[in-house]
Amino acid sequence: MKRQHDSAAVNSDMIRRPIQRWSPLFLLPVVAAFAIGFVWPFLHGLFLSFCNFKTTSNWKWVGLENYVKAFSDESFMYSFGFTALFAVVSLVLINVFAFAVAYALTQKIKGANIFRTVFFMPNLIGGIVLGYIWSMIFDGFLSYYQTSILMDKEWGFWGLIILTCWQQIGYMMIIYIAGLQAVPEDMLEAAKIDGASGWQTLFKVTIPNVMPSITICTFLSLTNGFKLFDQNLALTGGYPYIINPDGTAVHTTEMLALNIYNTFYVGANSRGVAQAKAVLFFILVATLAIAQLSATRKKEVQQ
Amino acid sequence: MKGSFQKEKFGKNLTTFVFILLSIFYVFPVAMVVVNSFKKNTFVKTETFKFPTAESFAEFDNFITGMTFGGYPFSKSVLYSVVITLLGTALILLFTSMAAWYISRVDSLVCRIVYYGCVFSMVVPFQMVMFTLSKTADTLKLNTPWSIPVIYLGFGAGLAVFMFVGFVKGIPLDIEEAAAIDGCNPFRTYFSVVLPMMKPTIVSVAILEIMWIWNDYLLPYLVLDRTQYMTIPIHIQYLKGSYGTVDLGATMALILLSIIPVIIFYLTCQKHIIKGVAAGAVKG
Repeated sequence: MKRQHDSAAVNSDMIRRPIQRWSPLFLLPVVAAFAIGFVWPFLHGLFLSFCNFKTTSNWKWVGLENYVKAFSDESFMYSFGFTALFAVVSLVLINVFAFAVAYALTQKIKGANIFRTVFFMPNLIGGIVLGYIWSMIFDGFLSYYQTSILMDKEWGFWGLIILTCWQQIGYMMIIYIAGLQAVPEDMLEAAKIDGASGWQTLFKVTIPNVMPSITICTFLSLTNGFKLFDQNLALTGGYPYIINPDGTAVHTTEMLALNIYNTFYVGANSRGVAQAKAVLFFILVATLAIAQLSATRKKEVQQ
Repeated sequence: MKGSFQKEKFGKNLTTFVFILLSIFYVFPVAMVVVNSFKKNTFVKTETFKFPTAESFAEFDNFITGMTFGGYPFSKSVLYSVVITLLGTALILLFTSMAAWYISRVDSLVCRIVYYGCVFSMVVPFQMVMFTLSKTADTLKLNTPWSIPVIYLGFGAGLAVFMFVGFVKGIPLDIEEAAAIDGCNPFRTYFSVVLPMMKPTIVSVAILEIMWIWNDYLLPYLVLDRTQYMTIPIHIQYLKGSYGTVDLGATMALILLSIIPVIIFYLTCQKHIIKGVAAGAVKG
């Protein structure tokens, strides 16, 4: 793997020089679109997080004020706690179930292909549609208890968890299956001959060998958990609300992404604060992604 | 020996049984969409899990009212969803694969900056750029179904460039050198030699981009001129989001209509979809 990489990295001038002359055709479209669709909005957003603004053309520099306001915003802090709890619970449930299902499906059981097809299916349906499908199911069920998913915070949380598990277990299962199929057959046989029990083989041979898959799945489910938006908007919309005596409201099932969205577009008086929240959100997600990748990469089997 | 064989067989049958139960749990919500799309509105909430009775059966009324529900024809949303998904995916495939080849073959400082910029963009959540991006798109008139694919190319370049570079690095140089000796210019080398070799990755990237763009809600919602253009997710959110007067039966009918093509796409391209997902993840 390593050698292949190096041989291609050493580029012959015969290839490089002529291509360079074609850079407007090969590189420019992506660079231009990337600048419009990502680089400029990113830098502009970073700048505006230090400003008071309603529209992008009418801004006033206020320094760190927006960040101070974001940290003292009760609803933002609440949604941070809610999101963190959600991300951790969904991370554990998704990965445990996805790994168990993938492990069972690679043991040559009957109908494995059909099960795989069924479990992956929810991933093809978008978050908004999934949210409304499940809101119908939960409301149908909760109507027996004279309540609704929009009226009960506990149900809102677990409803989001059930929906997310339903959607993502199949996705992670696919990645785990690919990892499990790559475990060398002779290693498993050697373990069997040496008299290892099923559990010993699982923990000492199989899991260390699928560590790359575990890395990527935990990484994906954690960041997905923090970034969840569509499902949150469609299933609970942040309801139920608690209205404080001073008129501010805490949306008890509102996650970070939805909180930022609402700060931007509902009322629209505090867009600077919303942009500051978005920067904090970005730092959080990026730090998690990097920390998580480097932590699990260390545990991978060196090959 | 025989005992352990029987035990193993029992274990496998038990797993199959558990998986059948799980599959029912998985199919249940979709089945409920089908059932409820044929019920009259008031019965969806009160008799969610019952089959339509003579009293609650709505025939195809939900589908008929759903088509023009909310003063916007559903067929238009479907059309725009198709246009945006196809154009966006085509742009991403063509231009990011070209850029990826350039990046891994030329490998200059600019290339590295672009490459790491792309990798960086993958960890940036959409909320970070959504406000400024929608303003930029407005200014540059990238707010129609025919121009919004440029935004998708920009925002989706990260993953695609990353996957294509990973693949191109594994292609031996000899073939391209042979093409250069035979007198191919880079344009021809790329389109007649490199591009055909990239086919497996192109399919994987295509699948990931189609799944993303088709289901994307927030980006088109903020960027498109909503009075004129809606996509399927926007349309469904628009109907359902106006609390109080929601026609649940008609909403379910539209949801059913919107997931039928997706399920057909899934069942016909299942092999590629699963391979694409695995490829997209393992490369990370």
